[in-house]
Amino acid sequence: MSPGVAELLLQRLEQEAPGPGPGGGLCSLEAAAELGLDHQTLVGAVKSLQALGEVIEAEPRAATRWELSAEGEAVARDGSHEVRVFESLPAEGLPQSELMELPGAKVGFSKAMANKWVRLDKEAPGGPRVFRAVAAVQDTVQESLRRVQRGEAASLPERDRADLKKRKLLLEVTLKSYWLRKGSAFRTAVARQETELTPEMIATGSWRQRPFKPYNFAALGLPPACGHLHPLLKVRSQFRQIFLEMGFTEMPTNNFVESSFWNFDALFQPQQHPARDQHDTFFLQDPAEAPKLPTGYMAKVRKVHSQGGYGSQGYKYKWKVEEARKNLLRTHTTAVSARMLYRLARQEKFTPVKYFSIDRVFRNESLDATHLAEFHQIEGVVADHGLTLGHLMGVLKQFFTKLGITQLRFKPAYNPYTEPSMEVFSFHSGLKKWVEVGNSGVFRPELLLPMGLPEGVTVIAWGLSLERPTMIKYGINNIRELVGHRVNLQMVYDSPLCRLDA
Amino acid sequence: MPTVSVKRDLLFEALGRAYTDEEFDELCFEFGLELDEITSEKDIISKERGDGKAEGASDTVLYKIDVPANRYDLLCLEGLVRGLQVFKERINLPRYKKIMPAKGEGQRLIITEETAQVRPHAVAAVLRNITFTKERYDSFIDLQEKLHQNICRKRALVAIGTHDLDTVTGPFTFTAKAPSEIKFKPLNQSQEYTASQLMDLYRTDSHLRHYLHLIENKPLYPIIYDSNGVVLSMPPIINGEHTKISLNTRNVFIECTGTDITKAKIVLDILVTMFSEYCEKPFSVEAAEVIYPNGKTHICPELAYRREKVKPEFINKKIGISETPSNLAKLLTRMCLKSHVTGNGNNIEIEIPPTRADIIHACDIVEDAAIAYGYNNIQMTIPKTYTIANQLPLNKLTELLRLDLAAAGFTEALTFALCSQEDIADKLGMDISATKAVHIANPKTAEFQVARTSLLPGLLKTIAANRKMPLPLKLFEISDIVVKDANTDVGARNYRHLCALYYNKSPGFEIIHGLLDRVMQLLEVPPNQENGYMIKATEGSAFFPGRCAEIIAKGQSIGKLGVLHPDVITKFELTMPCSALEINIEPFV
Repeated sequence: MSPGVAELLLQRLEQEAPGPGPGGGLCSLEAAAELGLDHQTLVGAVKSLQALGEVIEAEPRAATRWELSAEGEAVARDGSHEVRVFESLPAEGLPQSELMELPGAKVGFSKAMANKWVRLDKEAPGGPRVFRAVAAVQDTVQESLRRVQRGEAASLPERDRADLKKRKLLLEVTLKSYWLRKGSAFRTAVARQETELTPEMIATGSWRQRPFKPYNFAALGLPPACGHLHPLLKVRSQFRQIFLEMGFTEMPTNNFVESSFWNFDALFQPQQHPARDQHDTFFLQDPAEAPKLPTGYMAKVRKVHSQGGYGSQGYKYKWKVEEARKNLLRTHTTAVSARMLYRLARQEKFTPVKYFSIDRVFRNESLDATHLAEFHQIEGVVADHGLTLGHLMGVLKQFFTKLGITQLRFKPAYNPYTEPSMEVFSFHSGLKKWVEVGNSGVFRPELLLPMGLPEGVTVIAWGLSLERPTMIKYGINNIRELVGHRVNLQMVYDSPLCRLDA
Repeated sequence: MPTVSVKRDLLFEALGRAYTDEEFDELCFEFGLELDEITSEKDIISKERGDGKAEGASDTVLYKIDVPANRYDLLCLEGLVRGLQVFKERINLPRYKKIMPAKGEGQRLIITEETAQVRPHAVAAVLRNITFTKERYDSFIDLQEKLHQNICRKRALVAIGTHDLDTVTGPFTFTAKAPSEIKFKPLNQSQEYTASQLMDLYRTDSHLRHYLHLIENKPLYPIIYDSNGVVLSMPPIINGEHTKISLNTRNVFIECTGTDITKAKIVLDILVTMFSEYCEKPFSVEAAEVIYPNGKTHICPELAYRREKVKPEFINKKIGISETPSNLAKLLTRMCLKSHVTGNGNNIEIEIPPTRADIIHACDIVEDAAIAYGYNNIQMTIPKTYTIANQLPLNKLTELLRLDLAAAGFTEALTFALCSQEDIADKLGMDISATKAVHIANPKTAEFQVARTSLLPGLLKTIAANRKMPLPLKLFEISDIVVKDANTDVGARNYRHLCALYYNKSPGFEIIHGLLDRVMQLLEVPPNQENGYMIKATEGSAFFPGRCAEIIAKGQSIGKLGVLHPDVITKFELTMPCSALEINIEPFV
C-alpha cells in the first residue's frame, strides 16, 4: 500500500462532516471514482487503516449489478446474431456453408431456426441452402441489452435476464464496497507501522518513536513441534500413580506366555471350565507345553481339584497334568497374582502385601467395536490377616474415589476363583444408569491354602480393563481408533492431559 | 454367563405379585442376577431378521435375566421363582424326596461294557404323574438346553434324554454299537436312518452339527434301547421319535449319559428338583437303578442333603458384620440353605440341598449370608494393612524413558503384541524359523499367528494407517516382545524393547542416530568403546545394505539402527524413506 492513498482517503474523509456513529460517510466506490483511483487500491488502503485501530469505520457492503459481457456489448451495438443471420439472407437464400462463414453465424443460425425465422433446404441444388421463413423480425435481444446499458436492468423480466445470462451476454456482478466514516481516533496523518521489534530497535531505542502493527489475537498460534504420549498409556500412568499413592507394589507381569497351571489350575479353575476352551483362549503350538511346573505344589492343586480338602468338596473330576502343562497367552494378570501369592507363601514368615499390575491379557474372542483380542487388565490385590468383605469395599471406595467415581454399588456375582465375588457398579451421570466398572472378590481358600499361606490370611482382589475407562475419558467409540496400528495419530496429537478425578 | 428368558406376566403370576421394571431390576441386583434386557419375541425377530419378518410374532413381554454360571438351580422359571420366593420369605424351601418303587417295579438302566470307550456313565430317574402345560413343557425343554450349553459343556460332559415312559418297556440298555448297526427314526423325522446316515443328515443342521464331533470318530456310538429294542436315544446327538414327550405325557423317563459322573448327577438332580413340582406328589421323584458293567448298582437320583457346621463368628468376620447366630441362620435360610443354631449358639448347622451343588466350601456359605444381608448394607472399612509401595524397576525405567522420548519430539504408538508370521518374518526379509517366535495353535485369523518378536512391524503398520498425516512422522514404542527361551519355566520370555521410526522424504539416519545418542545420554552411557556404547557397521535383512549398524552397549549387542530396506518399506505399503532404531532396554534396569 502506498501511504499516499491512505492519506488521500483520510483527507477526503475529513471533508465529511459527522464523526463516528451513524449518518454521514461515503461509499468506497464513489471515493475511488472521485480520487481517480482503482477501487481495489482504495480497499487496500481501507484495510491498512482498519489495522491501525479506530481511525476509520468501514462497514462492508455488497451489491449485485447487471453488466454486459464483451459479446453483449457487441450485440447491443450491432444486433443479435440471429437477426444478423436473418438479415444477411437475400430472397434467393444463401448456401449454408457460405452463411456459416459470417461472424457469430453458428449461434445465430441455430437461434433463427429455433425461432422459425429461417428454413433449411437440404435438397437444394449445390448443397443445403438457407432461406428466410418470415417477412420481418424484431431484435428483442438487442433491445433488452440496451435497456441494461441504460441502467434499466431491473425492468427486464427475470426470465429474460436469466436467458441472457445463460447466453453469456449478460453478467451478474457482485460488487463489494465499504461505507466509510471517520473513526473515534480519526486523524489525517498515518505513519508506517513496524511489524516486529528488532534487536536494532532495542539497541538504538528507536522503538520508542515507532508505531507497531497490532497483532491478530483471534488467530491460533503455531503448534509446537513436539512428541506426544499415547492416551491409553497416559491413563495407565495415572492408574499406576493411584496404586502407588495407595501403597501398592507393582507385580512383574512381563510374561505374556503362561502355563494353564498358573493361569487356571492354581486359581482353582476346573479343567472343563469354558474359559479353557479353544474358543476363548489362545493356546500355543510352540512352545506347546511348559517344561517346568512346581511339583509339590502341583500335587496339592491336583488334590483340591479332584478330591477337595482344606474344607472343600473339590470339583470331583479327573485332574490331568497334561491340561496344566498346556501353554497359552495369559487370559488375565491374575496368573501373575497367583505366582506372587505362591512366592509370598514360601517366605519364611508371612508379611502383609498390597500388589498391583496393569498389563496386557489375551482372549481368543470375536472382535467388535469394544473388544479386541488383547487388552490391558488393571488388578489390585491385598493379602493380610482378617480382611473382610467390608475391607474390600472400603479399598474399592478409596480406589474409585481417586478416579473421580464416588457413587458405588456392589452386586453379587460369580467368579471361579473368588468367593464372595462382587461386581462394582457406578452411577453414570451421562447415561443416567448404573454401569459396571469392575469385578472383585475374596480369593477362595482352595486357592490360598495349597500354596501354603497361613489359614487366617485373606486375600482380596479386584480388576478392571484399562481400555474402557480410557474410551469413556476420551470419548472414543471404536477401540481400534485407540489401540493398535489403526490408531488415529491426529487423535494422539490432540489428546489432552489425563486427570481422572477432574 | 447364561441368560434365561422368561415371560414377564408368567413370572409375576408365579411370584404372586407384579413389579415395575425398575423394582424387578432392583430385586435381581440384590440377589446377584441381572435383568439384562426387556424384549418380546417380536422384537427379537425384527432385530435379527428385519421388521417385515416379525409380523404375527408374539409381543408378550420377555425378561432376559443373566444368571451366575454356577447357579444351575436358577436356569428356568421354576427355579428362579423358587429362589426369589424363598429369598423374600414368601415360601419355605420345598423338601425334595426320592421315592423307592416297590421291588421289581422300578426302572432299570443297564450299562454294557462297550460304553467304556465312548461315554461310560449314566444316571436315570422317573417323574411320575406329571402335568404339562404348554409353558411347563417349553420350560422343561429350555432347561435341558441351558444345562447342555453350560454345565454339560455343550453335551461333551453330559447329555440329557427325556422320554415318554409309557411308550417303552424297561429294563433299558445303555450300550455302544458300530454306526452302521444303529438304525432308528430320530426325533422330528419321518423315516429311519442308520447312525452313519444321521451324521450326514445333521452335518448341515445349525444346532446338531456342533455335537457330531463328540462321537463321530469313535468306532462305536452310544445308544439306549428298551427291552423290545426300541431306541430311546443316541447320546449325545439325538433322541428317538418313538419316545418323544408331549403335553399329554404323564410319566417321564430321564437319562443323563456322560463322561463326568459328578456332573451327570448334578444335572439329573437339577432337572428332577425343578420339574417334580408338577408331579401328582409335588417334589417327589421316583428312583431308578443304574447297573454298571461290573455289576454295581446305583440308585438315582442322588438328591443328597449335606450338612455343614460353620461358626457364626467366622461368617461375621469374613463379611465384616456382627449379626447374632440366629439372624445369620435366618439369612442363610433365605438363600435356600436351611440353617439353625446349635451348640449354645456356637455353631450354625446348614443343610445344603441337592439344588445347590455350587456350595462346596464354607466360603460359599459366607457369600450367601452376605448376599442375604445385602452387600450394600455392609459397612465399608479401610484395612489397616501397612505397606510401602515399590515400582517394578523395568516399568519405572519405561515410564521415565517414555516421557523423554516424547520430549525428544517422538509420538508414542501402542501396537498389538500379536501379529501374522508375515509381519515379523517375510516382510522384514527374514525366515520365520530364525525369529524364535512363539506360535499360537488356534488363531482365528492370520493377525494372531505369533507373538511379535520385534516392535518394528507394528510401528510401520501404524505409519501405513496414517499416511495422510503431515510429514515427518516420528514414532516410538516401549513395550514387550516375546521369544522362545528353554531356560524359563514356560519355555518363553518377554524382552522390553524400545523402537523408534523416522519417516520422511529423506531417510534421516542422523535423526534416528541422534535419538540413540539422546537415549544413551539419558541412561548415562557415554559414547566410548570401553564402558559406554558404540555403533558399528553390520548387515540386517530389514535394512538397506551399508546403512545398518549394530548397537553395542555395556559390552553386549542391544539392537540395531539404520535406514530400512526399500523392500521392507514397500511390503508395509509405504512410499517414503524411513530410518529405524530398535533396542532391548533390559540391560539398563
